[in-house]
Amino acid sequence: MSSAKLPYSSLRDKKRLIFEGSLDLAQNVDFFLDKIASHKHLNAFIAVSSDCQNQANLIQEKIKNGNAGKLAGAVIAIKDVLSIKNINLTCASKILGDFIPLYTATAVQKLIDEDAIIIGKTNCDEFAMGSSNENSAFGSVLNPLNTEFVPGGSSGGSAAAVAAGLCDVSLGTDTGGSIRQPAAFCGIYGLKPTYSAVSRYGLTAFASSFDSIGPFATNLQDLFDVFDIIKGEDKKDSTSTSNTPVSNEINTKKIKIGIPADIISNDIQPEIRESFENFVLKLEKNGVEIVKISLPNFKYAIAAYYVLTTAEASSNLSRFDGARYGFRSKEVENLSDMFVKSRSEGFGAEVKRRIMLGTYVLSSGYYDAYYTKAQKIRRLIQQDFMNCFKEVDFILTPTTPTTAFKIGEKTENPVEMYLSDIFTTPQNLAGLPALSFPTGADQNNLPIGLQLTSNHFEESKIHNFLNSLTI
Amino acid sequence: MTGILTKYDVVIGLEVHAQLSTNTKIFCGCSAASGSEPNSNICPVCLGHPGTLPVLNKKALEYAVLMGIATQSTINQYSTFARKNYFYPDLPKGYQISQFDLPVCENGFLEISSGHGETKTVRIKRIHLEEDAGKSIHDRGNSTLIDVNRCGVPLIEIVTEPDFSSAFEATDYLMKIRQIVRYLGICDGNMEEGSLRCDANVSLKIKGEERLGTKTELKNMNSFKNVEKAINYEIERQFEILEEGGSISQQTLLWNPDKNEAYPMRSKEDSHDYRYFPDPDLIPVTISNEMLSEIRSMLPELPGAKIKKFTEIYLLPEYDSSVLTQEREIAEFFEEVCKQTLAFKEVSNWMMTEVLKILNEKKITISEFNITPQNFAGLINEIKSGSISGKIAKDVFADMLETGKDAASIIDSKNLKQISDPALIEPVVKSLFDANKQKVNELLEGKEKIFGFFVGQVMKSTSGKANPALVNELIKKELENRKNE
Repeated sequence: MSSAKLPYSSLRDKKRLIFEGSLDLAQNVDFFLDKIASHKHLNAFIAVSSDCQNQANLIQEKIKNGNAGKLAGAVIAIKDVLSIKNINLTCASKILGDFIPLYTATAVQKLIDEDAIIIGKTNCDEFAMGSSNENSAFGSVLNPLNTEFVPGGSSGGSAAAVAAGLCDVSLGTDTGGSIRQPAAFCGIYGLKPTYSAVSRYGLTAFASSFDSIGPFATNLQDLFDVFDIIKGEDKKDSTSTSNTPVSNEINTKKIKIGIPADIISNDIQPEIRESFENFVLKLEKNGVEIVKISLPNFKYAIAAYYVLTTAEASSNLSRFDGARYGFRSKEVENLSDMFVKSRSEGFGAEVKRRIMLGTYVLSSGYYDAYYTKAQKIRRLIQQDFMNCFKEVDFILTPTTPTTAFKIGEKTENPVEMYLSDIFTTPQNLAGLPALSFPTGADQNNLPIGLQLTSNHFEESKIHNFLNSLTI
Repeated sequence: MTGILTKYDVVIGLEVHAQLSTNTKIFCGCSAASGSEPNSNICPVCLGHPGTLPVLNKKALEYAVLMGIATQSTINQYSTFARKNYFYPDLPKGYQISQFDLPVCENGFLEISSGHGETKTVRIKRIHLEEDAGKSIHDRGNSTLIDVNRCGVPLIEIVTEPDFSSAFEATDYLMKIRQIVRYLGICDGNMEEGSLRCDANVSLKIKGEERLGTKTELKNMNSFKNVEKAINYEIERQFEILEEGGSISQQTLLWNPDKNEAYPMRSKEDSHDYRYFPDPDLIPVTISNEMLSEIRSMLPELPGAKIKKFTEIYLLPEYDSSVLTQEREIAEFFEEVCKQTLAFKEVSNWMMTEVLKILNEKKITISEFNITPQNFAGLINEIKSGSISGKIAKDVFADMLETGKDAASIIDSKNLKQISDPALIEPVVKSLFDANKQKVNELLEGKEKIFGFFVGQVMKSTSGKANPALVNELIKKELENRKNE
């Protein structure tokens, strides 16, 4: 059964089939559970739900009775940095130990309230820090399209699960590209919403002013059906907003798309460049006007990003100290020793690297040189984008400079690893929404993704635009 | 101390933490009450569980702004929260949410007493909002226990400039701050239980020199008396070191009230770098003009204004004014009484003696007092009108206290009304004189003591109801009559 193809092309289609009686939800859930088991080698899941079948039966009844929620029947995997009540939260780290959350993240609760089925928690880079999913205490996730390659990160498990057909859709989180880059590497759609559009309540913070929760899907419709449910203001998150207007139909002939010519440089893998240029041609055939734009401060994005996100992370991860919950080192002599040993043994190398970096940039005497300066760059980059959006509707770039790289290829060189986020960090610095969509494959048959960025709260404009392309 | 003051200026600054008496905590919906079962007022937010986020309690902000207004501070209509990072088991997030470069109030001041009838204006540098940490309990066997109940209880920290030059001034300031927070109803001001806490920065500066001396920080002074003692202890300690040619090391000292000594807690050299930075989980706090004027309208009359009113309008001596304005509720009780009687001084006398004594004895507040302001005014008016004597009034007061009844009905039902009709008293005096001729003669010979005997006898035979002034008058008159016989 695990090799069988799904008999539906979207979640809406699936719900219709269940309503008509031609699809049995419990069997569908079994299908996914079997497939997860037969694809254990991908290491996409950290935990799989044990009571999905019961839920499937209940929800199937609701669908047939016509009183089911908007996502009824959707089988969804959740990145294991999101809290679900009574289910072990690991953040792919050793330090959380057997920590069981007392509450469910708002975004996940909204899915549950709409009768989605949560099938499991997916693997990721520890505390969402990484670009390859090699920084997990539970081991690397493999790219389902070629298991010698990484699936991207940090939401590698969520991307791999959707790409391998282990669930319908999934949630990931994106602090500097952690949804878009793995979506590109795995050949699926990934949306990083506007900062504040989705409540962060229940998302274990990496960098609070950057973190966004967003969906992965195999098609645009599912991607936005999930986004439309999880978005919205939440009283538990003071930074959340409800400002997500729905855009009207798009006339492609009136659309202008900006291309930052100076950034699409020679450092990009030739096949990605080719794919990008082909897509630009396609846009022009659709009557879209292509405009060359300049984002002069883009070159500082990675540096500013790593200063600011590590600063926030160093503080956000202070709560994991072995004192109240989670992992505590066995042999400790005193209080300070307990903190030091628990954190030294509990955190992985990349997390420790970032905590040290962040602690350093916030230290007195260095704060202005790093943190304050990086905040200035952040504002300049925001300004760059705002200037562009006075002129254009969207900005088009590749999602990544290369397609998926081999497992182990970049682990020895963190800076090179960081540079793979070159196209994805600026949006997080500016809080903008961006969507990665698949456009082809390289000679190794590894997927290529392109990225559309819009102004704040224009997610549905991106959706409508991509839908309106005819050729 | 005088030796010190001829050579040095004493420089003291205070940091006062006041726990705000909001119903809920500053960033979550848990009860902020103290005295609950350990770890009972807790939720994922104040436990700092992964993924939780703070949401500001508007009431806490309102209280901080009230304090700012009460101390003539500038209210920053745009302020921000920052994280103060340090590791401690009773700090669940590994950082305390506080305010750093943009506090909610700045540049206030407060008038205090310097002693000897002199006053002084102390500058308040800032008032900021922050969350309290939990409690570590070290005295239960080998392990340290953590009580998270206090985590997230709202605090304001009130920081002064180093404007105090004696322990007396510092203590007076602290008492005034306590009085204000209690007037505002934003903190119960209980130092023993830690809802009002005070740290003092103390240094000595050689007279005439610009440069300040090295300061030490005193903590753990949980009463006004201990604040005064600890500061004086520290002034003397620093003086001795400096006089012996030594230097002061910058450190934090913990006051031990049992031994009357302070011990170093940690030295600043290895102290924390708190790595303050703006808290990205909280949006900047904005206070609209409407909100500000709304808070302004909530401001009660403060002790300073009350004292002025009591001396100028109720014409009370300064001493009475300061005693009666000590607590807002007492002052308001007084004013309520004075709406119904013009005998202000009489009210003051009764309140300062009888009423405060009862409150003290019964350990109750004025709101639990059994006599309403209206009934209390009634009693005073009965005295002033001559309807009852002061002595009878005390019995009536006791009765009112017990029954809650008004004075008039007690006087009526017990037939206590003072006899002020001379026609009723004259025959009593006359027959008394007739029956005690020997004593009348002694009195006529100038034995003044005998006078009291006659007064007592008249009072006795009228069951104490005769108007004492009238009794005096009638005895004198009868005496004149006899002299002329």
